Amino acid sequence: MKLLLTGSTTLLRRELIRFYRQRSRIIGSLAMPVIVWGLLGTGLQAAFPSGMGQETREFLKYFFPGNLILTLLFTAIFSTISVIEDRNEGFLQSVLVSPLSPLGLVLGKVVGGALIAFFQGLVFLSLAPLAGFDLSWNQLAWVLLSIFMISFSMTGLGFFFAWKLDSVQGFHAVMNLVLFPMWLLSGAFFPLESASWFIKPLMWINPLTYGMTALKSALAGVSGEPEVLLPLTILFAFGIVFLVACVLNMNQKREAVR
Amino acid sequence: MSRSWIQIEEISYAYRERAALQKVSFNINQGELFCVVGPNGGGKSTTFKILSTLLKPQSGTVLFWGEDGVTHPDQIRPHLGVVFQSPALDKKLSVEENILYHGKLYGLSGARLKNKVRDLLQRFNLQDRAGEKTEKLSGGLKRRVEIAKSLVAEPRLLILDEPTTGLDPVSRREMWTYLDQLRKQDGLTILFTTHLMDEAETSSRTLFLDHGRVVTMGTPAELKQQLGGDVIALKSEKPQALKEAIEKKFSVPVKQVDEELRIEKSAGAQFIPSLIEAFPHQILSVTLGKPTLEDLFIHLTGRRFGAEQGGAA
Repeated sequence: MKLLLTGSTTLLRRELIRFYRQRSRIIGSLAMPVIVWGLLGTGLQAAFPSGMGQETREFLKYFFPGNLILTLLFTAIFSTISVIEDRNEGFLQSVLVSPLSPLGLVLGKVVGGALIAFFQGLVFLSLAPLAGFDLSWNQLAWVLLSIFMISFSMTGLGFFFAWKLDSVQGFHAVMNLVLFPMWLLSGAFFPLESASWFIKPLMWINPLTYGMTALKSALAGVSGEPEVLLPLTILFAFGIVFLVACVLNMNQKREAVR
Repeated sequence: MSRSWIQIEEISYAYRERAALQKVSFNINQGELFCVVGPNGGGKSTTFKILSTLLKPQSGTVLFWGEDGVTHPDQIRPHLGVVFQSPALDKKLSVEENILYHGKLYGLSGARLKNKVRDLLQRFNLQDRAGEKTEKLSGGLKRRVEIAKSLVAEPRLLILDEPTTGLDPVSRREMWTYLDQLRKQDGLTILFTTHLMDEAETSSRTLFLDHGRVVTMGTPAELKQQLGGDVIALKSEKPQALKEAIEKKFSVPVKQVDEELRIEKSAGAQFIPSLIEAFPHQILSVTLGKPTLEDLFIHLTGRRFGAEQGGAA
């Protein structure tokens, strides 16, 4: 138990240090929201006759959670590219012969990746006032919890795929197939209620739908109530399922070393 | 302890159809410098992976200190130091961090770990480079960090896969000096794989693997005794014809390896003049030598060592 803890926190810390030491990653994560937001804002401003009027602000506000979730989704999933790097750089093999259990490895890497995505989410969230959100402390707490849960479950999903793939290119190809549909069907574009009958089940099994619901509710100020708590619980359950799948996957393919 | 320290019995492993190991058995005693030698594709790396608990053999048993390494690898892992052929360092972490973090993966912490890391940095002459990221180090230094790292949890057994591959001669010698020290001063038991015969000569015992099977095993001296006497190597323009002629006239077995003829014989020095007298024009050159492990390999398999380039297994 002690080993599980020291081992996984070590891997977690390593994940953060690696992020922090690659300047390109930091610049990317800080600049990305600003650019997305800047382009979207100016684009909309030009599209509406009233300029930065009421409609523009409404639009920006409507798109805010969808944008935030897109940012989280990409950061979380792509942080698990480190699994492939660890394998190709050989670091992974020394972890695999260490006494650390598969669960310890998965926890360390997934929570580490989730924290990186969480950090990215915070940067994006700092733009919330610009989108017209005025969050109370209580609201903020629920928003942060939603951000973390989304990061956590998506990193778990990313790890699951990354473990099976041995090239970064392959990972991108597969993840784009998974990421975009997940995002499109999360409720970021069209609400769940108005979706057609064959889309609805897909939205129900999409973990991101619950993240989106929780985030939207939290941003709208419905905090602590079932509207936030229930989807977050479901999202967390998805996260746990992904973790278990990762561990089972590892036991099956332990010799996953060149 | 009556039973062997480490006992490997009839382990087999196949990658799809290709058999990498076929019923390989050997044992390792405490304090040994045990060498697994063989050509590429001979089964060295597979043996290494099984010993490191990375791979489970498809049949056979692996007993470490009486514990079953196949069913209970978690009992074995804390006591193993493993150095892989391909580097296993985190490039973005410093030398010191690499060793420190490795120690934590083995459950070490606090002052004990700090002291251990400091000792290792000193011992492997890495103090000056402690803060440097490992991506900036030379191949020889990296290998040194790898060994330092693998020792942080004070393993009972250190296993190394081709520890000198890719190193220049100076780093290579240095590596052997460190390993020798570890064995003599610390009484550490070491197993290493190599495709270099001269490295096998330094071992306490050597296991020859070829095509996934044990060819022979013993101390270098014992192994060379199997050949008995000297090795005479002949060069000729028509090796095939000369081989037949020598065999007919002197009734000694002659082996042809590539373009060279080899005769194993006691008192080789006395035999050479009669050879030359008998075939003055056919022989281009003669060399006489004490048998090496390489000669033994040729003797046992009929092939020159390293002549066959298999896949990297």
